[in-house]
Amino acid sequence: MRLNTSIPLVLFAGILVMGYLAFQLGDRHQLPSALIDRDFPEFVAPDLYDPASTIARADIVGFPVLVNVWATWCPTCKAEHEFLMEIAARSDVRIVGVNYKDDRIKALQWLADYGDPYDAVLMDLDGALGVELGVYGAPETFLLDATGKVLYKRVGDVNARIWQAEIAPRLEDLGVLIAQLD
Amino acid sequence: MGAALASILLFWLPVAQAASQIDVYHFESGSQEDRYKALIEEFRCPKCLNTNIAGSDAPIAQDLRRTVHRLVVIEEMTDQEVRDYLQERYGDFVLYDPPFNARTWLIWVVPSTVVAVGLIVLVLLQRRTRALTVPAGDVRERVAGILDE
Repeated sequence: MRLNTSIPLVLFAGILVMGYLAFQLGDRHQLPSALIDRDFPEFVAPDLYDPASTIARADIVGFPVLVNVWATWCPTCKAEHEFLMEIAARSDVRIVGVNYKDDRIKALQWLADYGDPYDAVLMDLDGALGVELGVYGAPETFLLDATGKVLYKRVGDVNARIWQAEIAPRLEDLGVLIAQLD
Repeated sequence: MGAALASILLFWLPVAQAASQIDVYHFESGSQEDRYKALIEEFRCPKCLNTNIAGSDAPIAQDLRRTVHRLVVIEEMTDQEVRDYLQERYGDFVLYDPPFNARTWLIWVVPSTVVAVGLIVLVLLQRRTRALTVPAGDVRERVAGILDE
């Protein structure tokens, strides 16, 4: 083949390969967390139910735990909330809520209306804890082992598919009892 | 008098409201402010992909601007310490100038490879055309020969 006819062909093939690779990369809105395999940061934050008292990192570690960042202004959190209720009912996993840049009264109302799947809920009124956690939107969910190391992070809602594929197997590895979800 | 006061209020109220949308930060020195401004230009907004945190209205960009202000003014960090702080929390993504590592090597290698391949092709093509071109002197002699006839 002559050189100048093969150039466009090679270019075209190159573009195809690049396009293929680009689609393999997955969702570019899903940033890898810088916290994976690192210790969950130290924090002290007010308790949503009793803002006079605080919840610290030491209070939530010691067991495998899901740390779920949510807010009443976040539409996806509403869909996720129902699923969290199901998880709370059908597994032994502890769920800690981080009420992110929200209004306390609205948050309490939300939990009263839709149920409270959380073992504890802390408040991050100004998003400062969010910055410590590398949070850039809600909902986000971290999976911590008993020592408080971050094993996994989900950006977006935890739903049945993510639960089955990503979270439940990891929890089972950590020895958390899980009933089969339908 | 009352009307004058009312008109002044009516004129300035929206202006004051517009101003309240902009972050108001205090700095201890001009150089601190310059460093803050340069730093917020430097970081990429995690939510909006193609904007820096200086140019984004996303809530997370506001939070990060406030964080950078705190680190510069209150924690008195150096520029590099601020970069490390944000990278530790948001990963390489927030840096517009990412380090060379296992996940980022492609973006560093591909452009230079493409340029190198392009140069090689260019050189090859040029050699080829040079080989095909009839030397100018030959043409002139032939034309002269034809005209003589």
